[in-house]
Amino acid sequence: MTAALVVGILAAAGTYLVLQRGIVRITLGFVLIGHAATTALLAAGGVARRGIPFVGGEGTPGDPLPQAFALTAIVISFGVTAFLLTLAYRARDTIGTDDVEAPDPTPRSAAPGHRDDTTSRPAPTDVEGRTP
Amino acid sequence: MSALLVAPLALPLTAAGIMLLLWRRPAAQRIVSLAGVVALVAVGIGLVVATAGGAAEATRVGDWPGGLAIPFVADGTSALLITAAAAVSLLCLVVAAARGEDRHPLFHPLVAVLLAGVLGSFVTGDLFNLFVTFEVMLIASYVLMAIRGGRREVRAGTIYVTVNLLASALLLIGIGLLYGAAGTVELAALHRVVVEVPNARIGASMVAVAVAVKASLVPLHSWLPRVYPVAGPAVTALFSALLTKAGVYVLYRLSSTVFADVTIFREVLLVAAVVTMVVGVLGAVGRGDVRGILSFHMVSQVGYLVLPIGIGTVAGFTAGLIYLLQYLAVKGALFLSAAAIETFAGTGRLARLGGMLRTRPAVAIGFLLPALSLAGIPPTSGFVGKFLLIDAAFDQQLLLAGGVAVAVSFATLLSMLKIWNGVFWGERTDEVAREPGLAGFRPAIPAGGAGDDDPPRPERFVSARTVALVTPPLLVGGLVLLLGVLAGPLIDLVQPAAETLVDPQPYLDAVREA
Repeated sequence: MTAALVVGILAAAGTYLVLQRGIVRITLGFVLIGHAATTALLAAGGVARRGIPFVGGEGTPGDPLPQAFALTAIVISFGVTAFLLTLAYRARDTIGTDDVEAPDPTPRSAAPGHRDDTTSRPAPTDVEGRTP
Repeated sequence: MSALLVAPLALPLTAAGIMLLLWRRPAAQRIVSLAGVVALVAVGIGLVVATAGGAAEATRVGDWPGGLAIPFVADGTSALLITAAAAVSLLCLVVAAARGEDRHPLFHPLVAVLLAGVLGSFVTGDLFNLFVTFEVMLIASYVLMAIRGGRREVRAGTIYVTVNLLASALLLIGIGLLYGAAGTVELAALHRVVVEVPNARIGASMVAVAVAVKASLVPLHSWLPRVYPVAGPAVTALFSALLTKAGVYVLYRLSSTVFADVTIFREVLLVAAVVTMVVGVLGAVGRGDVRGILSFHMVSQVGYLVLPIGIGTVAGFTAGLIYLLQYLAVKGALFLSAAAIETFAGTGRLARLGGMLRTRPAVAIGFLLPALSLAGIPPTSGFVGKFLLIDAAFDQQLLLAGGVAVAVSFATLLSMLKIWNGVFWGERTDEVAREPGLAGFRPAIPAGGAGDDDPPRPERFVSARTVALVTPPLLVGGLVLLLGVLAGPLIDLVQPAAETLVDPQPYLDAVREA
């Protein structure tokens, strides 16, 4: 019961944050949703029927699979969170804010040759891959 | 055999590691990348030979006591898809190298990781390993999408990451619930689980919805046309050939194992397929740039790819597999010719293009042949696939689905004609004549030669890079005609794989005996 409540509260809070504007809030929302998913995985292994941690002792050994799932999920969420924060940083550099839904503040010029929707020239990068 | 089964996942990851060590040597990275993908094509062909005639091969990785292991299984479907995906990726890498898109030191390692995720998802026999391979594939695609770092890339990247993270969270919770109900996550052990274990329905449905987001099935499709045109052109081609097809493959695999004998699954996917076909092709009407139109068509074609699940017979799956295999190549080729158009003219907007047939006829033919295959015009392989699909639909009395499939084919043809008229026919525009996109290709004008005010030179600039840019779509065009003519042997090759999808007994036996 506790696990179900925890998953529910985390998922609700996470969903609310994901629907907000701003990459940082979206990232926090996904962190919470990731925690909800991890708790759901652990609960699926049966929090009420925990066994002993090793094979060979007395009693049934605990189920290793949900723990493996949860660890993998935590690591993956960690990686994606790092990427989302990098996106937020990049948004701060290019747009000026991390709110990607904000309308473009600079007026678009109609001169030919300006970057239109489908220009495909890659941005100039130096050898390290950074855009000057 | 176990090495061959694990290679689709292990080989690209190893190559990615090697290429990271070659950080400052782009030429060496290119060589390792291309060699790796050629090796993957060889692995795919080896698997096709091993699984010919409806056999399946499996191995258990890990093999801990108590039966804890991750099965890696290849049947006909997986083997054919691995070969096709690796071959199309090779073409995309050639174009990326020709365009210079791969100058970023992380480009080739990321593409290798992407391939590892996609091909790994084709051979994995375990739902949680599927989640892991999906995440590997997605993380590489997030970075490839946003690698140019501009304003539009950040916006599109945020949408892409958000939608896919939600899908991944749904997948994870679904797997958790399914494990709680069924006690296992092995696909072979989950055969008919929805029928036999009522509690498994919720988890399995969440897994199916999450995979449908990945496959971009209506109503979970709107992220794709918003996001795909923003990436670099060669990257979009790579995505189009790999990402959604992984989702479609998993839907096939789920319908074969987890949702076996579940009629409601088949009916829901039938409705979704029909609606997807229509929505995709109507959405293409509103776009005015080549890659935007093609992205909407991707959504529409996913409807064709999911239709066999709705039909449910061996004939339906044979048609679906034929269509899927040739569609991998066709979609890649269409996006690669869009890349060529954008490289030469510097833009993809139809309003700014016109008359390219006279200046670059190779690009025109490279676009025309895959476009005809997409619309299903004989004698292309697209016609073979669509004809068999509609025939299978009518055989099962699914008249509405078959009729919609035919109508959407006409609409697809109209859309392809719109691109053809906009880009290749009509008045030659400034962009097509001057070819501003080739600025980086031409050698620098020597001092004293600049300041020339003459109109654009009539002879077209040709170099090794432009040839490499233009040839891949032509190769696919030739392949499409060849497969259209050799339809008989193609059907003979694919039918045993389709039979294994409908009756997965060889798949289950292979996993049990591994």
